[in-house]
Formats: sequence, C-alpha cells, structure tokens
Amino acid sequence: MAKTKARVKVPKSVNKGEVFQVKTLISHKMETGQRKNKKTGKIIPRMIINKFVCQYNGKDAFVADWHPAMSANPYMAFYLKVGESGNLDFIWTDDKGNVSKKSAKLNVTG
Amino acid sequence: MVKIETKENKMIRKTLETRQVGRREMIAMFGAGAVAAMGIGLIPRDAAADAKAVDAAIMKVTGGKSAKPGKINLDLPQIAENGSTVPITVEVEGDAGSVKALHLWADKNPRPDVASFHFTPMNGIAKVSTRIRLSKTQNIVAVAEMSDGALYMAKSEIKVTIGGCGG
Repeated sequence: MAKTKARVKVPKSVNKGEVFQVKTLISHKMETGQRKNKKTGKIIPRMIINKFVCQYNGKDAFVADWHPAMSANPYMAFYLKVGESGNLDFIWTDDKGNVSKKSAKLNVTG
Repeated sequence: MVKIETKENKMIRKTLETRQVGRREMIAMFGAGAVAAMGIGLIPRDAAADAKAVDAAIMKVTGGKSAKPGKINLDLPQIAENGSTVPITVEVEGDAGSVKALHLWADKNPRPDVASFHFTPMNGIAKVSTRIRLSKTQNIVAVAEMSDGALYMAKSEIKVTIGGCGG
C-alpha cells in the first residue's frame, strides 16, 4: 500500500492466559467517497482500508471489516489471550487489494 | 420537524409508486384534503431514507430476529466536538469465545455501516476501541451476534457539533 505507515503496540512479554491489549495505528486517508473536489465539483472516489486481520501463529485471532465511517489514520485497539509464545501478524487490506503488514513477537511466560 | 408517515400517506405514496394514478382519480379516492396534504405532507426524504437505511442494514445481520437489550457496553462521548474523529469503545460481556461478531452503525451517516468485528476465543474479551466519523447528531447502534445464535442490541445518542464528512 503506498504511503502508509503502520504501528503496533504489543507488550513484550505476557503471562500465559493473561488478557492483554494490542494497539494498532496505520496512516491512511480513508477517503470516504463523500467529498467533492472543490475545483471540479466531482466526487473524490472512495479509497479506504476495508479489512484488518490479526493472526497469531498463522491463525486468525481477530478480524475487522471497516467502512468509510472509520476515521482517517485508523486506530484500533483490541485484546488477546494466548497460551504460548509466538508470532503476531497484522494485515491491513484496502479497496484495491493492496496490503500492509506488520509483525511482532510475543513472549509468553508461565 | 420530522413528520411521521401516517398509514394514509403511506398508502397514497405506495399507490403513486406502483401505478400511474391521475390527480383527479386520487381526489376521488381520498378526498381533496388528503391530496393537498400529499403535495406537502410526505415525509422529508432525509428522515425516511435514514430510517430505512439503518433498519435494512440491521436486518441483514439479524434476519428479522429480535435483538435483546443488554450484554453490550457502548462507550461514547455525549458530545463530539469533531465529527471526523470520535473515540468509541464497545464491549460485549463475557468470554470472547461466546461472541461471533459485533456490528456498529451510525443511523444518520450518509451510509450507516461503520464496522464489524469478528472475535475468536483468542481475544479473551470482546472489547474494541476505535475512532469513527459522524456526520451529525445521531444514534450509534451496536448488535452482537453470539455464538449460540442470540442477538443483543445497544443504542447510544451522540451530539455532533462539527460534522465529519469534510469537503
């Protein structure tokens, strides 16, 4: 995806079975398709990220479908609870199918 | 002022929509008063369109099955200073494994759909925070689809001072 910067905040280490928060943020205009070009009067076409997926060790842990009512530079925080150390993958997909990805390692103790 | 469509107006409107009925015919059927009222009295498109859009969207999820109140905590400011970015936190009580999906709508936005969240047991709790765009004062509606098929609904009004559609 052009010109997008993604950030995720995941604790470095959690206890087994502990519920912890994950924060995600990606820079994106999230053009709603409602705005008009002030000079030409034409509608600026919709272009948004419409899907967010969080995978843990390759398995879908959380999926979100986004619509144009999501704010620009979409922020989303959610929670996870896992039993073993592993790899988190965050995947954002836009209307055209372009993909942005971010990964983080999670250490689970106990 | 929002006019509620009376049964009579609805009948009149449906008749006009489904077949060409002349004005004289209408007066004969419904009386001059009603026909005059039709010219002015049909509900403003805004309110009708909004109500239909969000109800249709909710129907897609519920399939007409009724959603009970409860289980959902919808956390929104009472007043949004900036409609472009309104913080919202929604939680469905219980283990995330018991929740299949959580849907959000804004009933007076140009389009009511806001987002849908699909939880798995790996979430632990079914709680999400995000930021949304609201065009004007309206209700946020949340429906939770539980794994056992039950449906829950919550609604919260939010006043929006500056609308978030931009341009």
